Amino acid sequence: MALMLMGKKLGMTRVYTDAGVNVPVTVIAVGPCVVTQVRTTEKDGYAAVQIAYGDMKPRNSTIPMIGHDAKAGSAPKRFHREFRVRPEEAASFSAGQELDVNALKDQMYVDVIGTSKGKGFQGVMKRYHFKGFFASHGTERKHRAPGSIGGLCSNRGFGGGLKKGKRMAGHMGDQRVTTRCLDVVRIDPEKGLLLVKGSVPGANNGMVQVRPSTRLYKSKTRKVAAAAEKKG
Amino acid sequence: MSTQQLIESLTADQLKKTLPAMHVGDTVNVHFRIVEGDKERTQVFQGVVLAKKGRGINQMMTVRKIVDEVGTERQFPVYSPMISKFEIIRRGDSRRAKLYYLRDRTGKSRRLRDRRRALGKVGVTKAGGKSAPSA
Repeated sequence: MALMLMGKKLGMTRVYTDAGVNVPVTVIAVGPCVVTQVRTTEKDGYAAVQIAYGDMKPRNSTIPMIGHDAKAGSAPKRFHREFRVRPEEAASFSAGQELDVNALKDQMYVDVIGTSKGKGFQGVMKRYHFKGFFASHGTERKHRAPGSIGGLCSNRGFGGGLKKGKRMAGHMGDQRVTTRCLDVVRIDPEKGLLLVKGSVPGANNGMVQVRPSTRLYKSKTRKVAAAAEKKG
Repeated sequence: MSTQQLIESLTADQLKKTLPAMHVGDTVNVHFRIVEGDKERTQVFQGVVLAKKGRGINQMMTVRKIVDEVGTERQFPVYSPMISKFEIIRRGDSRRAKLYYLRDRTGKSRRLRDRRRALGKVGVTKAGGKSAPSA
């Protein structure tokens, strides 16, 4: 079933498995999220669920948003996001319903979506891992330069400009980034915490979206299948 | 509870409670479990603790020993379950938090004074005084 939750990235630590293997984990405080609106095919043309997360002082919100949240019986919330569901699934959600980390308890793998740390205006070596030029051997003032950006007519053999999408220096980071198929290491329902293996985008205390993995890697698909078979 | 405390509380049960108080400069025996296939054996690494780094579950220690006149260093996660046993052989007197200068020393000057002789002078805690290493 389609699902998505919001939470806060708290930071990283490590967990040792019973076999003594060190697992780097990111701690995410997931939810509680409130369902603020259920969009249906009849009314909105598509089926989706809108959820809200993060407390906010009413004076920092806006009157329309306060009203919108109040309709679902919720205090003003900071973040509102939607996730699409199948039309028949929409009925299982209702406005005012609370979703927390328990909703993820059967998941082996999750995707985490966040906003990556902003790096400012960066050159091509940092931004796209270009190789740069020699440090010496006669190189002058071009150590980190991108090199030739091609002729003016290179896109399809004609035209008057550069090839579109040519990688150049520019703003890096502060972008929506999805990390896929992270292992769920532990779920702590009491504290509302989710521990996933590896790193997730963004700075600590940043908002992240967590959803069951939508596209599993091949090896992980096999693991999920094996686990399901074991369960019967 | 602050975020930091919350994260530390997740790993609190993995911290070993009975580790002897280990300081930089001590000579230690680290019994490290090595798993090869389904066989398991323990390797003992004896050397001087050059440095401690990190805190809580992330604490690492660098141990240096001399093998065939070649300096060998190994970093251990202090709280790893792979460390089956941890003993302190000798307490050394160090006035530094990081003893990287020992890498350049050879012969007798590589040794550290015993802590006992320096007790009181430097104000270090007595050997075996505490039950857990200072995090």
